[in-house]
Amino acid sequence: MKTGFYPGCSMKGSAREYSESLLAVAAALGRELPEVPDWNCCGATAAHNLDPDLSLALPARILAAAEKDGMDEVLVPCAACYSRLSVTRHELLQDETLRQRISGLIEADFRGAARVLNIIEWLAAIPGLESMIKAPFARRVACYYGCLLVRPAGVVNFDRPEDPQSMDLFMKKLGAEPLDWAFKTECCGAGFSVSRTDLVAKLSGLILEDAVARGAEAVIVACPMCHLNLDMRRPNIEKRSGQKYGIPVIYITQALGLALGLPAKKLGLQRHKVAVKFPAANAAAKDI
Amino acid sequence: MRSDNHAHPAGPALADRVLEKTGVDVARCYQCGKCSAGCPLAAEMDFPPSQIMHLLQLAEGFPEYAELALRSHTIWLCLTCEICYARCPMELDIPKVMDALRHQSLAQKKVNPKAKDILAFHRAFLDSLQYTGRLFEMGQIVDYKMRSRHFLQDMLQAPWMFLVGKLHLLPERVRNRRLLGRIFARTLKAKEKRP
Repeated sequence: MKTGFYPGCSMKGSAREYSESLLAVAAALGRELPEVPDWNCCGATAAHNLDPDLSLALPARILAAAEKDGMDEVLVPCAACYSRLSVTRHELLQDETLRQRISGLIEADFRGAARVLNIIEWLAAIPGLESMIKAPFARRVACYYGCLLVRPAGVVNFDRPEDPQSMDLFMKKLGAEPLDWAFKTECCGAGFSVSRTDLVAKLSGLILEDAVARGAEAVIVACPMCHLNLDMRRPNIEKRSGQKYGIPVIYITQALGLALGLPAKKLGLQRHKVAVKFPAANAAAKDI
Repeated sequence: MRSDNHAHPAGPALADRVLEKTGVDVARCYQCGKCSAGCPLAAEMDFPPSQIMHLLQLAEGFPEYAELALRSHTIWLCLTCEICYARCPMELDIPKVMDALRHQSLAQKKVNPKAKDILAFHRAFLDSLQYTGRLFEMGQIVDYKMRSRHFLQDMLQAPWMFLVGKLHLLPERVRNRRLLGRIFARTLKAKEKRP
């Protein structure tokens, strides 16, 4: 079984700590994650909003490259890329005419042999993780799945489209206390971060407000866009709501890295806008 | 029935076109309003999702309703968060309908002026891609600023991103950029050339 890795563009730039923490964790667990050869951007929101063929062709080229390299599955940690790759595979496998037409566009035969894997699936399949935990992540956490990890249900076939549990179960393994809250799968504003920052500030503000009101000490995410909006857009959120939220936003791979005892710097925690620290009052465990 | 009358370019043909492109028969929507109730941006929209579905249903007899749908701000505000589809009792893929309407709106040059920044961002994104194959965030932001004329937006964000190592000054590039160029030529660019 060969598992490839599709980082996508964000993880090479604004979300590089997601990639850093994943690779640090993979190394600690002795897992190899070779990149899909000569991968390209999945096209993201822009492609499917503007051109249907382009939005299928770009992910199809990625998956065809992975197949050709003998990869049985491709780990796609970015929830947005995961969605585009999953939708493309689903649509092309359902419609032979479309599959042939898109294969023509990308000058390669897309067969759909490589399965698309999200980060939670990959993490949940690590055997004997509990025995490797050195520093339990003993915090009350709000697991934020966002939209695209769990929807559309018929395409991703993963967890529940609303009130999913997989990330909560995983965080429990790390020693955390996942909270029941209302904004697990509400949208953060996604790709509007630059073009409609006002709307992102509104939607992301609602998410933080509920997490804080329920007593969460950290928001756990598995998507570069969710992180960008909840972390880097924090000044915009606070300006709009007139409230200060100190709550840090942590990638699930960073939480795992901390629990495995890896140094904060290796996990890229210093790259966050909102410092990853916890209020002293409820610090039963020591600060990171 | 619907396909008998194609007199108006955006009129009776629109629901058929949506059906052909997405497999969604808008006639099956019975206006329960669950999509609009769950939509995170319904309050910002000129027509919430259920009303867009209604416009498409009515477009058969009233072509001006098709026009309203294609010129709506809604279709560009839709974030494709997929909540409406998850909750629709008829399992209608509304986000896919929104995609089809966006494509029609673009092809017929009926994009709502309020959506200009959103569209500028998407175009800047794809511009960056077609030459490098991977998104070059720095290049995209400069491109977006030129298109949107929002020169001062996020002036302090970029230096901070650079300082923490999140912004690169040079793009990462795909080796086979010629193929990427051909893919763009066969898709997006081919459509832009068509009248």
